[in-house]
Amino acid sequence: MSGVIKNFMYLNRRAPYGTIYAWESLEVVLIGAAFDQDVSLAFVDDGVYQLVKGQQTAEIGMKNFSPTYSALGDYEVKKIFVETESLEERGLTPDDLQHLVWEDEDDDWAERDSIRFVSRAELAEIMEASDVVFSF
Amino acid sequence: MSTLHTVNKSPFEKNSLASCLSYAMTGGTVLMLEDGIYGALKGTKVEAQVKSALDNVKVYVLGPDLKARGFAEDRVIDGVKVVDYAGFVDLAAENDKVQAWL
Amino acid sequence: MGTNPFEVAMKFAIQVNEGPYQHQASDSAYFFTKAALEKGHEIFRVFFYHDGVDNATRLTTPPQDDRNIVERWAALGEKYDLDMIVCVAAAQRRGIVDDGEAKSNGKDATNIHPAFKISGLGQLIEAAIQSDRLMVFGD
Repeated sequence: MSGVIKNFMYLNRRAPYGTIYAWESLEVVLIGAAFDQDVSLAFVDDGVYQLVKGQQTAEIGMKNFSPTYSALGDYEVKKIFVETESLEERGLTPDDLQHLVWEDEDDDWAERDSIRFVSRAELAEIMEASDVVFSF
Repeated sequence: MSTLHTVNKSPFEKNSLASCLSYAMTGGTVLMLEDGIYGALKGTKVEAQVKSALDNVKVYVLGPDLKARGFAEDRVIDGVKVVDYAGFVDLAAENDKVQAWL
Repeated sequence: MGTNPFEVAMKFAIQVNEGPYQHQASDSAYFFTKAALEKGHEIFRVFFYHDGVDNATRLTTPPQDDRNIVERWAALGEKYDLDMIVCVAAAQRRGIVDDGEAKSNGKDATNIHPAFKISGLGQLIEAAIQSDRLMVFGD
């Protein structure tokens, strides 16, 4: 589009369904994918709840948008950081979360994990290195 | 890369200030605005946390939001500086990027 | 610009996540934007997302003794020829409608203030790429 490539960080700190931020922020990520930037997603604080697997929303009458996370790999979104302290504070383990992958075309389309579990300290450095932070 | 972190919610309502301070790296700047200004006041249960953050980051509070909520500058934690909107713009320009902790 | 001859003019992108009055976000965004312009910086775009699209209705009647948030943005937009964009998906969801949207979606009315334009999320991404700083005002 413009030739400029920035390191984009999408910061997610809220739970899904109680507010619309989780879903509408995902819409930004999907549209943003067409702009060929260097994209990372961070799930911190209640944001980690967005990735919990097995969401069944029929009884609250909302669209279950969690399958969209598994499509992120197809949109070239490969760097999804989940903060381990946020998981621990909430009694969650990586097993509670969806298993997100992307396909490496340079390696015969081998599946690679998109989620990187990182500590707060590690994520702080990653965020510090980003050029633009989107908050929702 | 230096970051201006903004916190606009009260530390007694949300964990945004706490999260921000645990992420802000040395050399960064934190600005409290809107309801976030309550984190800048002396005598609260988060005062120690904010004072300790001053060892690593610069902390500012938005004057208009302090005044609106009835607090004079002498109620602000020592070391936290008061800025106006023009000062907020300067902070955004002086740092390499801005990160909002909503 | 300003009093400091060494200041560099920045290009700002402004994102407003909340509607008028309910949260202070729109007010804070407005005062930041105004201060930046007065200092000689450029506002690349103001992008209204989530409930922020509600800042674009022309139908508000706030009390006479309170600020008129919509008109205040409109006046600033006009004075500085600002690109004030409302996200189409968020607008559809919340019922902010211009002529094009009314026609495409079979609505019998429009409510958008002429100072704002409805466009896609790509405008926000582009603003983030092209600007020096992205400012997010929300809850």
